Amino acid sequence: MERSFEQYFRQNRLPHLWCPGCGNGIATKAIVQAIEKKGLDRDKTIIVSGIGCSSRASGYMDFDTLHTAHGRAIPFATGIKLANPELNVVVITGDGDCTAIGGNHFIHGCRRNVDLTVVLFNNNIYGMTGGQASPMTPTGKKATTAPYGAVDPTFDACKLAEAAGATYVARSTAYHVQHLTDMIANGFDNKGFSFIEAMVQCPTAYGRKNKMSDPVELMKWMRDNAVMKAAWDKLPEDKKVGDKFPIGLLYQDTEVDYATAYEHVIEVAGGAGK
Amino acid sequence: MSKARLMQGNEACAEGALAAGVRFFGGYPITPSTEIAEGMAKMLPKVGGKFVQMEDEIASMGVVLGASLAGKKALTASSGPGISLKQELIGYAAAAEIPVVIVNVQRVGPSTGQPTAPSQGDVMQARWGTHGDHPMIALSPWSVREAFDTAVMAVNYSERFRTPVILLMDEIVGHLREKVELPEASELEIYPRRQPSKTRAEGYQPYAPAEDLVPNVADFGNGYHIHVTGLIHDETGFPVGNPKVTREAIDRLHKKIAIAQDEITHVEEYCMEDAEYAVVAFGGTARTAYEAVLEARKKGIKVGMVRLITIWPFADKAIKALAAKVKGILVTELNYGQIVNEVERAAAGQCPVELCAKYDMTIFEPEEILEGIENLAGGNK
Repeated sequence: MERSFEQYFRQNRLPHLWCPGCGNGIATKAIVQAIEKKGLDRDKTIIVSGIGCSSRASGYMDFDTLHTAHGRAIPFATGIKLANPELNVVVITGDGDCTAIGGNHFIHGCRRNVDLTVVLFNNNIYGMTGGQASPMTPTGKKATTAPYGAVDPTFDACKLAEAAGATYVARSTAYHVQHLTDMIANGFDNKGFSFIEAMVQCPTAYGRKNKMSDPVELMKWMRDNAVMKAAWDKLPEDKKVGDKFPIGLLYQDTEVDYATAYEHVIEVAGGAGK
Repeated sequence: MSKARLMQGNEACAEGALAAGVRFFGGYPITPSTEIAEGMAKMLPKVGGKFVQMEDEIASMGVVLGASLAGKKALTASSGPGISLKQELIGYAAAAEIPVVIVNVQRVGPSTGQPTAPSQGDVMQARWGTHGDHPMIALSPWSVREAFDTAVMAVNYSERFRTPVILLMDEIVGHLREKVELPEASELEIYPRRQPSKTRAEGYQPYAPAEDLVPNVADFGNGYHIHVTGLIHDETGFPVGNPKVTREAIDRLHKKIAIAQDEITHVEEYCMEDAEYAVVAFGGTARTAYEAVLEARKKGIKVGMVRLITIWPFADKAIKALAAKVKGILVTELNYGQIVNEVERAAAGQCPVELCAKYDMTIFEPEEILEGIENLAGGNK
């Protein structure tokens, strides 16, 4: 069995702290397999994360890694990329980290089209703090801070990214692991803000509150409700109901990225080559 | 030969940062600091550097920390409300030991306060604004030229100690225009980015302290595969949840500044040779205080001035020695009374310490400070 992905992990930092059945490990492995697939230079690839379950991934990965403050991964990543554009900068974030406390940074990162690859591990909950509702907890689902079901409508982070100016937007799930790897790898090819929502199961904090504490059941739910983009587009509106959601490449554009645009500023100002 | 120029404090601050090697600025507009951002937006691309206007003050702090980790000397600038928002990541910079300079051109607070009247009300915020135990370096210039000099000093200290440094300006100096002659680049001593002294194969640990207790953390992208976190960590950079590592980590953060305290705590004395009384002042207020001291001298009061250039770490030794020498100290500050408590602590009862405070949008008139000096001198006769 090919286990070449193991070289991308800091073996002395393992085992990880995620719960049994958690999908974060699958998504993290998908990232390193995408890095391997595209042959990114490990010495020139920086992993930046925020705070939360997802964001502990950076510590396990054998690159220069940065575990920032809650919600702030994208501003730090922006600084790294602009300071040294030859670096590949990958951001790992969660649904709370990215769309709640980091929401403003997320939309403005998209707007600037900074050349980052942002992978959002969406487990629909604040897992690290024990299962509070996030902006991506489905309305009506339970959480410790939504004991009668979440009142809040949810964000569709992919639509948000597209509307805000991201130039590559894709979604996949921990069930569709090969597809997820491809979505991330293709994101590396985009010179601009690439956003990949990786839906991951959280049996402990989200599942247990919502009568879905079996990780296998959660993954079957992904299998049964995810619809490939091409098929989704052909689906009549009355069939896009219930839990159904599209996966695949959802949006792509070819706007110039921020660092490249700024090179023009340097040229105009007369600072090229300095 | 340097040419004399008419220049504003904020402009001089930007020039100083640039001269010290700053090549990255992230910021957000706020009066009375905006000219620093504007200056950097214009000047940085001319030297191949980058300026980015961020979506908010928090992001401005994050982006400069990212740039610093990737090897660029980085600066951000703001005023009270913005500095409040930056506190989270100022703490991050202290904990993760990331060089960065934060300029605070102070205005009246709390909250939106009195935009954008002058104040020196952020003295204690500079020291304790972010949560937890951490050291802080803060410098406060009193002139346009010194805005340049302290900007250079701030960048140098941030690099040398790998710590956030606050350049605590005030609106008086920020918007002051004076004729200045700036030094040539060759006249400046610039502290370079610290570099790893070992390879990975030799057992490099990014947070292992050098002799001066400061770690030589590698810049990102050089193959060291380091981990940087705001969690308490050991020499490896990885989080460790035990009391010994926690105590040692917090101890070292403090000690690396404390062992250099004498060297980085700058004060200047004026008319102190025969002084029986002293005014302690800093920043723009010291200009008025100096005028008042000269007026008092004309009236026969033997008074001098001690000006704090380094606000943090506090000039304990200088103030202790001063209190042993004079019959009374008058602290003048443009706030309700902040640094006066530090002066009292350092004076340790050796002489009376009086406060001359102002917090009404206006700067001191020399007469107001003169009255304070006369009361101090009269009350001790």
